[in-house]
Amino acid sequence: MSLLPKALLVVAAFGLAACNNPDRFGAGGAGGAGGAGGGMGGGFVDTTGLGDPNDPRSIAYFNQRVGDRVLFPVDQHTLTEEGRQTLSGQAQWLMTNSSYAVIIEGHADEQGTREYNLSLGARRAASVQNYLISQGVPANRMRTVSYGKERPIEVCSSEACYAQNRRAVTVLSMGAGM
Amino acid sequence: MTVKHLSLSVLAVALMGLFGAQAPAQAQSGPLRIEITEGVIEPLPFAVPDFVDEGGAGEYARNIARVIAADLSGTGLFREIPREAHISRVSSFDSSIAYEDWKAINAQAVITGAVTVSGGRIVVKFRLFDVFSGQQLGEGLQFAGTPETWRRMAHKVADAAYSRITGEGGYFDSRVVFVSESGPKNNRLKRLAVMDYDGANVQYLTDSSSIVLAPRFSPSGDRILYTSYQTGFPRITLMDVGSLRTQTLAEQQGTMTFAPRFSPDGGRVVFSLERGGNSDLYMLTLGSGNLVQLTNAPSIETAPSFSPDGSQIVFESDRSGTQQLYVMGANGGEARRISAGQGRYSTPVWSPRGDMIAFTKQHQGRFHIGVMRTDGSEERLLTASFLDEGPTWAPNGRVIMFTRETSGAGGQAALYSVDISGRNLRQIPTEGAASDPAWSPLLP
Repeated sequence: MSLLPKALLVVAAFGLAACNNPDRFGAGGAGGAGGAGGGMGGGFVDTTGLGDPNDPRSIAYFNQRVGDRVLFPVDQHTLTEEGRQTLSGQAQWLMTNSSYAVIIEGHADEQGTREYNLSLGARRAASVQNYLISQGVPANRMRTVSYGKERPIEVCSSEACYAQNRRAVTVLSMGAGM
Repeated sequence: MTVKHLSLSVLAVALMGLFGAQAPAQAQSGPLRIEITEGVIEPLPFAVPDFVDEGGAGEYARNIARVIAADLSGTGLFREIPREAHISRVSSFDSSIAYEDWKAINAQAVITGAVTVSGGRIVVKFRLFDVFSGQQLGEGLQFAGTPETWRRMAHKVADAAYSRITGEGGYFDSRVVFVSESGPKNNRLKRLAVMDYDGANVQYLTDSSSIVLAPRFSPSGDRILYTSYQTGFPRITLMDVGSLRTQTLAEQQGTMTFAPRFSPDGGRVVFSLERGGNSDLYMLTLGSGNLVQLTNAPSIETAPSFSPDGSQIVFESDRSGTQQLYVMGANGGEARRISAGQGRYSTPVWSPRGDMIAFTKQHQGRFHIGVMRTDGSEERLLTASFLDEGPTWAPNGRVIMFTRETSGAGGQAALYSVDISGRNLRQIPTEGAASDPAWSPLLP
C-alpha cells in the first residue's frame, strides 16, 4: 500500500475540522502567525480577514501588536507583571474598539489530569477577565472558556513548550454584548 | 458522517443449565482454584479444544474457542496449552472426557463446547472440567443469540469459567466507552467510541466536530455521560446509547460543566460546575432537573465518584494547596481527606466492590495509577510512566483500565489495563490513539 491515500485522508480530515469545528482557537494561532482562524460558537466571527496588522483597529493588530495572550507559571493562575501590562493594552484597545466582544480561553500544559486542567484553565481565564473588568472593560462583553490541556499550541514535552501552553488567549469577535 | 450503531441490548441471552449436575462442584470447593489475592501466581494451565460443530457452526466453532482462550490468558491467571499439544480430540460434546490425556499434558482445566447455527440463531454450550479431580466443575451452560453476537457468547463462557475457578465475578462480557483520537497533538480530533472490553466491535458514537471528554456509562449501560464542546463551551451531555440522542444537562450561561458521573441508581449526576473561575461539585436529579450544590469552596473541586451504595462521594480538591482526595456524604457537607502520601492525587474512582479507590498520582514528574482502601490506608501504586491517568474499574473490581500517553511531539494516548496487584499490564488494541476509558457493568 502506498502512503499517499493515507496522507490524503489525513489532509481531508483536517479540512473537515477547519470547516466544522465550533471550537475556538487563539485567533492568531501559535505566536499570532495566522493558521487556524477563530470561530465563535455562533458563527458570527471573522475567520478570514484578520486585517492589516498596521491598522490599529484590526484584529491582526490586537493579536500581534497589543498581544492576545498572557502566560502563567506552573500550576498558577495569578497574573505576572508582564501579563498585566499586556492586559492593560488589551483593555485600552477594547475600550477604543467597543464593537468587539471577546472570549477568553484558558489553557494548561499537559502536566496534569484532564479534569484538574479544565479547572485550572478556567481559573486562568477568570484571572484575565477580572483584570480586564478592573481596567474598565464591561463584563458583558466577555465570556470565558477553558480548554484544559486539550489545545496545546506547542507539542514538545519540555518546559519550553509547556510555558507557551500555559496561557490565556483573548479571542475577538464582532458583536459586543452577546 | 454516519454513525454506525448497534444497540447494546441486541440479544436476549438464554442462560440455562443443560445437565443435572453430576458433580455439584462449587467454585469454593475442589482443588481447581485460583486465589487472586495471593501474592505470586503461577498461571493455571488450561485447554480449550475447538468447539464441536453440531450444525452450521463453520468458523464459529474454532473462533469461539479462540476468544475464550484469549479472555482467560489475558488475565495473566491462566496459561493456555496450545492445541498442537493436545492428545485427545473432542469430537462429541456429550462423550466422556479422557482425563488421562489431559493430565499427560498438564492441563488442569479443560473447556469443551459445541456450537449450532440455524435460522439466524447461534447456540453455544460448554462444560468445564477439573482434570486432576476428574470431574466436571459446575453445570454445563448454554447461551443463545444472533450469530453476530458470537463474541459475547464466547465472553460469557469465559466469564463462567473464570468465575468458577477464581470465585470472583467475571468481566469479559462488558463494553468500554472511550475517546478515539486522531490528528497531531496541536490539533487533536476526538470522538466517542464504544468497544468490547478486549478492543473488538468498535462503534463510533459521535463525529469529531467538537471535543468530547471522559465518557461514563450509566449503571445499566444504556446511557453515557460525557463532556462536549459542541456549544463552544464544555457542557455535560447525556447520550442514550440505543438512539444516540443527546441532551445537554444543567446548562447555565457563563458556566462550564464537566466531570460528570452517575449515581449507582442511575437517577442522579454528580459533576463539576465552574463559575467565575471556581469549580465546585453539584448534583443534578435527572427526572426533576433539581440541582443541588454539594461543595462551596474557592478551591478546585472535581472528579467526583459515588460509593457503590450511593451514600458517599470521593472527589479531588486542592483546598489544602495541592490536589488531594476527599470523601463526603452524598448530600455534601463535611469532607475528610483520605490521601496522605507525597505528591498530588486526582481522578478517584470507587471500586464496584466498594472496598477500594483507584486514583491518579503525580509525584516527582511521573504519573501513577494506584489503589488505596476507602480510608486512604494501604496505598499501592500499580503503574508508572510519563503520563498515566483516569482509572476505570472492571465490573468485578479486579482490573483497572486507564489512559497512558507518551511524551513529545509525537506523543499519543493509548488504553492499558493492569490488575489490582500491579501485574499483567497490557495495552488494549485500538484502531488509533485512544483515551478516557470507562468500563460498563457486566452485560445482562
